[in-house]
Amino acid sequence: MSNFFVSSIGKKFVMSVTGMFLILFLIVHLTVNSMIIIDDTGALFNKAAHFMATNPIIKIIEPILAIGVILHILFASLITLQNQLKRDINYPGLRRYKKYDTCASTNWQSRNMYILGTVILTFLVIHLINFFWKIRYTGSPLLEQPTILSSEIKNVYALVTTRFTTWWYVLIYVIGAVALGLHLYHGVWSAFQTLGWSNRKWRKILNVIGVIISVILGGGFAFIPLFVFIKSII
Amino acid sequence: MKLTLKIWRQNSPKEKGAFKTYILDDASQDMTFLEMLDALNEKLIAENEDPVAFDHDCREGICGSCGMIINGRPHGPGKEITTCQLNMKAFKDGDTIVIEPWRAKPFPVIKDLIVDRSAFDKIMEAGGFINTDVGSAPEANTYPIKTHKAEEAFEAASCIGCGACVAACKNSSAMLFVAAKVSQYALLPQGKVESLQRAWNMIMKMDELGFGSCTNTGACEAECPKGISLAHIARLNNEFIKSGFNKLFADKH
Repeated sequence: MSNFFVSSIGKKFVMSVTGMFLILFLIVHLTVNSMIIIDDTGALFNKAAHFMATNPIIKIIEPILAIGVILHILFASLITLQNQLKRDINYPGLRRYKKYDTCASTNWQSRNMYILGTVILTFLVIHLINFFWKIRYTGSPLLEQPTILSSEIKNVYALVTTRFTTWWYVLIYVIGAVALGLHLYHGVWSAFQTLGWSNRKWRKILNVIGVIISVILGGGFAFIPLFVFIKSII
Repeated sequence: MKLTLKIWRQNSPKEKGAFKTYILDDASQDMTFLEMLDALNEKLIAENEDPVAFDHDCREGICGSCGMIINGRPHGPGKEITTCQLNMKAFKDGDTIVIEPWRAKPFPVIKDLIVDRSAFDKIMEAGGFINTDVGSAPEANTYPIKTHKAEEAFEAASCIGCGACVAACKNSSAMLFVAAKVSQYALLPQGKVESLQRAWNMIMKMDELGFGSCTNTGACEAECPKGISLAHIARLNNEFIKSGFNKLFADKH
């Protein structure tokens, strides 16, 4: 069995399982974020953020999530590196041979999952520094702004809505969200295919589900910062 | 019609190769692609030059011998055809055609457009077989098989092992080939006995021989001359993961 995770399909199995888990996390995250739009007093979002920060189940899931992200990145790097080595072939007489592009038969995002992943990772680091790190560790005067709720509850709404008044910051979020959408466009179906949970009929259904998930998550995460930004300038 | 041909010439696996340009004046649209290459070779022989070496056998699309990358596509333009089924009607007067061998690490060039595809044979030896009683043919209705399963298995069995999937894949993965070979047995009762070993052994061999992994782009399916579906790769993944869990939990395997 130890060979399983060394094999080509075994490594993809890890990508698939961690990827599916991360999608579940993103759905929860977007649900919490949507409170920003639903209630413009910020009370609902602050309550939801407080619940997510203090709930014991979330405390257990958090390290699993971190491990999931790390495994997804590690295995993606390993697979991409190994495949790159098999891709560029040093044929005698040909300086560097890059396999020709099969643009006509494959879609761009399926060929560039690692690049899209790198964009998402860069975004994730920026995102964590500005929100997660401040809320959890360093704090911010914005978080201490009074809310209509109890004084224990941090005003995460104030932090988020203030941050999204800067246009270039919003742009980073939109780029991150579009990359995520494209990543999921291929990723959702691919995860099922790798686990063997696909066939002729389900391939079509899973492709549609993949498009729906990518539009909802990619579009949703792009929409919220834009919504806050536009609201702040009008 | 007049054609400019840029063909990969390489004398042996170790020697340096390069593209060489040839002008062919008397090609006709009535020729097949391989007949056009035959015409070029006749011209080269008449000029005392070394003819271009390429693989071919049945010339009717069922043996899997022929295979070259024509203008960047395995088996050239056209859907679900092999190189020998490619007609010169696909080209017009004055065209430049770039002809290369399959490029993949496990397929070293033997000479010019011929590559060594014995890696496929090694994968087959690792698990592409069934154990069965020898003797006279069994009664045809001994094993009832549902039509859709028989058809699915037949599609998988139509793989001719040409290697276009490997040539098309950006990762040089042989997953579509292995998937077809695993699928044709996995669906039939005769193949059940070895099913827990077959996918495992064939994939381990595939990895060992230096083929890449599948990233589900679908380039193989698009270029396969037999139109073999990615659905077979899903079945292979399923069989392999089952083998993995079986190895973990079963005391004997």
